[in-house]
Amino acid sequence: MAPMAVRSRPSRGPGRVRNYGPAYAGPAGIWLTVFFLAPLLVIVAYSFLEKGLYGGVEPRFSLEAYRSLFNSVFFRVSLNTLGISLATTVLAILIALPCGYYMARSNRKTFLLMLVIIPFWTNFLIRIYAWIAILGNNGFLNALLIRAGVVASPVQFLYNQVAVTVVLVYTYLPYAILPLYSTIEKFDFSLLEAARDLGCTRRGAIFRVLLPNIRAGIITAVLFVFIPTFGAYAVPLLVGGKESYMLGNFVAEELTRTRNWPLASAISMVITLVTTLGLWLMFRLQGKAPQAKDPARSGGERRAP
Amino acid sequence: MHFSPPFAIIPLSSTTTVTIGGKRNELKGSDVSIEGVSKSFGTFTALRDVSMVIRKGEFFSLLGPSGCGKTTLLRIIAGFDDPDGGEVSLDGASVLSLPPNERHVNTVFQNYALFPHLTVFENVAFPLRLRKTPNATVRARVGDYLELVQLSAHADKMPAQLSGGQKQRVAVARALINEPSVLLLDEPLSALDAKLRQHMLIELDSIHDKIGITFIYVTHDQQEALSVSDRIAVMNAGQVLQIGTPHEIYESPATGFVAAFIGETNMFEGTVASVEGTMVAVDVSGLGRILVTEDEPPAAGSKASVVVRPEKIRIDTERPAPAKRTDINFLEGSVDEPIYSGSSTKYYVRHQSGIMLKVIKQHANWSDEGPEIEWKDKVYLSWSADDAYLLGAS
Repeated sequence: MAPMAVRSRPSRGPGRVRNYGPAYAGPAGIWLTVFFLAPLLVIVAYSFLEKGLYGGVEPRFSLEAYRSLFNSVFFRVSLNTLGISLATTVLAILIALPCGYYMARSNRKTFLLMLVIIPFWTNFLIRIYAWIAILGNNGFLNALLIRAGVVASPVQFLYNQVAVTVVLVYTYLPYAILPLYSTIEKFDFSLLEAARDLGCTRRGAIFRVLLPNIRAGIITAVLFVFIPTFGAYAVPLLVGGKESYMLGNFVAEELTRTRNWPLASAISMVITLVTTLGLWLMFRLQGKAPQAKDPARSGGERRAP
Repeated sequence: MHFSPPFAIIPLSSTTTVTIGGKRNELKGSDVSIEGVSKSFGTFTALRDVSMVIRKGEFFSLLGPSGCGKTTLLRIIAGFDDPDGGEVSLDGASVLSLPPNERHVNTVFQNYALFPHLTVFENVAFPLRLRKTPNATVRARVGDYLELVQLSAHADKMPAQLSGGQKQRVAVARALINEPSVLLLDEPLSALDAKLRQHMLIELDSIHDKIGITFIYVTHDQQEALSVSDRIAVMNAGQVLQIGTPHEIYESPATGFVAAFIGETNMFEGTVASVEGTMVAVDVSGLGRILVTEDEPPAAGSKASVVVRPEKIRIDTERPAPAKRTDINFLEGSVDEPIYSGSSTKYYVRHQSGIMLKVIKQHANWSDEGPEIEWKDKVYLSWSADDAYLLGAS
């Protein structure tokens, strides 16, 4: 019976493995197509159409939306957004590096990891309102300062770029800590001792050995912070003021108040382009493996004739 | 089939133009003196009042089981750990206040600790780059050291592309390029397979001969320690039990632990029955009277252990002719288990009293006097009193 069964399926020889890859990738592919690619294409299309009278679009090709980007307001908001995003990214990485390092070397890793993850249990907007409660004119910090006699009347902490940056750093810090922690956790700490042994100072060992070896984690952390902050909307809306207006707010404004959907789409395209550019830059940095370029160094090498 | 070994042995009469070190056997490096060093981690005492003097240019091994404190001692010399008490000095000057980067000591780490983001060349060049050495000098020096460890052809590879033995040699070159006066080696061969370990050991020994600096070598492998060391310190539970040449350590161990740890051994506890000159008769319950030669014999009536190495015992299937010598010990027993290991066979022989003895017999035709000894065979054991030694009760 057994040989018969084998012969009845001649096309399936031993070692012939069916490739189920596309089948496995199918659901995710469909999901991304429907909910990501299709809307993106809609935005691309809208940005090249004429604006409708009460919102929406008229199906006529137009470059008007892109043309209207060339004005000083848009330029200023873009620079502002870039400045806030970069500052947030740098601050978040600077705070996350020692945190991740400490977590990786601690023997209470799980507990510390929990502490990083706990904020996710609370709604994002509620956490922003908590910051308003802390930084507001009648907030916790001002009450403390007035009681301590440091200031006589409340200090205006909220509704400026600093407030936006602080809350953005707070919001995206876990996204920087987690990838850094996971790469530092895999780092072989005896390399730091080796560096010290070979003549490095404590700081030198960090810069010459630790940082180059956790570069992948740093790049991931940079992307995880920079991309969402560049498109930030809620934080600048709630704790920002006029001069901390960001591109995300601009889009919302055009979409809801001014009802210029093509312009909103065009701004979205700019955000997408900048973040993609950042992504590409970071991947290039990551892909660049350190290699000796000086051919003279391999002077001892002898090639077989 | 063509077989090329994954390693190369540095010829001892090297004709290469390596410009490292001086003449062979020229003593360089530093004297290392360790006085009363103690170290605890929480409730665990890693080192207990350890003292030793390691001489200039010596190949010195710290040997002991894991957890005996040998690596802790090495880390204290390197500067990674601070002792709770005691003094460590190089050529008479204390180094305890110096950070690791300012000590004239370099380490070969157990896991090699090569920098994965740097090429072989840059790994070895690392200490020179720190000192902003001019490029031409770096190239020449690194070239020399890569040649010393026979890795010139692999300069541009990344550490991940190297075999274990090659990584090991990069680690050695990198540790030597600073021209330290002491090289610390922390179980450097433990990650290699047995055959490669032998070859690396020979290489390390020949590098030591060329460079001539002090080597302090940590290992738990007694064979490694015995074969390359000038002197060995045997450690256990944070204490130094004995310091001596490999011969001294093996032939006259100071304690039962040293005897048991270095090589295999038979040890019987007994009471000294009589002493005649250097000939000591010991009553061992079960075995009867055993003769041992001892230069400093203990008093009759004191407790002592008789120690005899398995390879010193002769094993026969027939009762040997009555000895003309009076210093031979005889025992009878039956083979409980023969363990064949190529060059020799180890026999576990059970004496009628139930005491088990280990005997090792080399295989060579000239010594094959009797038929092959097998399981359950009745055998006769004999050894000279000179080949055994006594350990005081401890």
